[in-house]
Amino acid sequence: MVGLVLVSHSPGLAAEAVALARSIAGAQVPLAAAGGADDGGLGTSVDRIAAAIAAVDQGDGVLLIPDLGSSVLTARLLAEPGKVVLADVPFVEGAIAAAVTAGCGASLEEVLAAAQESRTFRKA
Amino acid sequence: MDAALARAWLEETARVVAAERDRLTALDAAIGDADHGTNLDRGFSEVRRAMTGSSPGELLVSAGSALIRKVGGASGPLYGSAFRSLGKALDAERDVTLEAFAAAFEAAVSAVERLGRAAEGDKTMVDALRPAARALARAVRDGLEPREALDQAARAAEEGAKATIPLTARKGRASYLGERSAGHEDPGAVSAALIVRALHTVATRW
Repeated sequence: MVGLVLVSHSPGLAAEAVALARSIAGAQVPLAAAGGADDGGLGTSVDRIAAAIAAVDQGDGVLLIPDLGSSVLTARLLAEPGKVVLADVPFVEGAIAAAVTAGCGASLEEVLAAAQESRTFRKA
Repeated sequence: MDAALARAWLEETARVVAAERDRLTALDAAIGDADHGTNLDRGFSEVRRAMTGSSPGELLVSAGSALIRKVGGASGPLYGSAFRSLGKALDAERDVTLEAFAAAFEAAVSAVERLGRAAEGDKTMVDALRPAARALARAVRDGLEPREALDQAARAAEEGAKATIPLTARKGRASYLGERSAGHEDPGAVSAALIVRALHTVATRW
């Protein structure tokens, strides 16, 4: 199954987004939060992201979903073509679309496409 | 540049960043999230502890890795990639010529532009780094001595940083402010100019 890593400046936001996606997509989806800096404050930690990637990697690829700023830049640094791919998608909607699709056993390309589709979800 | 000079540059950068920490943070408070000085100070303090290697290239790569690990803000991956690219381009050469350094500096600036998807005029560190790379390349073509060449590069970076004041940010946290980001000097451009000036300061025997 494709693994998902939610990268946020905020440890709380990343953890809660993972909880939300898991509650919708099911507990079997490999999802990990990489939120905050090394000291647990707001920021980005390359070590936390690398550990989260390792935790969800089942050999079918990993999708990184960052929120903004240094989360995006650090995720770009850790991307590996075909293996660890960055999704340029809305954080919450993209995470849920990706988690549901990954839970169906879809490929990395399909999970990325589903996350990207979430950009067009209208709210009004 | 030999290993001792590379080490001295990183030490001097750490010293200057610590001395200018509050000014960088104040600049960032105006248009960002008020952490640029503290983040860079934490990053370069780690560089001071963790830098290792017997060639300039190895030392600069290790400094870049320390910045990526420790800074915790957007400048970590950006400066980290810059120093890593700089070091990789210098390879294991123990006595780097100014010409080789200028080519490696060009690679480092390109790495920042690529990672940040930023170009000159976006009100970022690229507004200091790109003019510095241009000045350095010109100085090499003109056959200037290293210290004079680095002074010109540092001047170009400082002028580039000053020139960010009227700009509206198109990348980074300040871009959320839109036109309200105009009227402030970009903290990333200021710190980039400090780093280039630090090399000029210590390059008395290149």
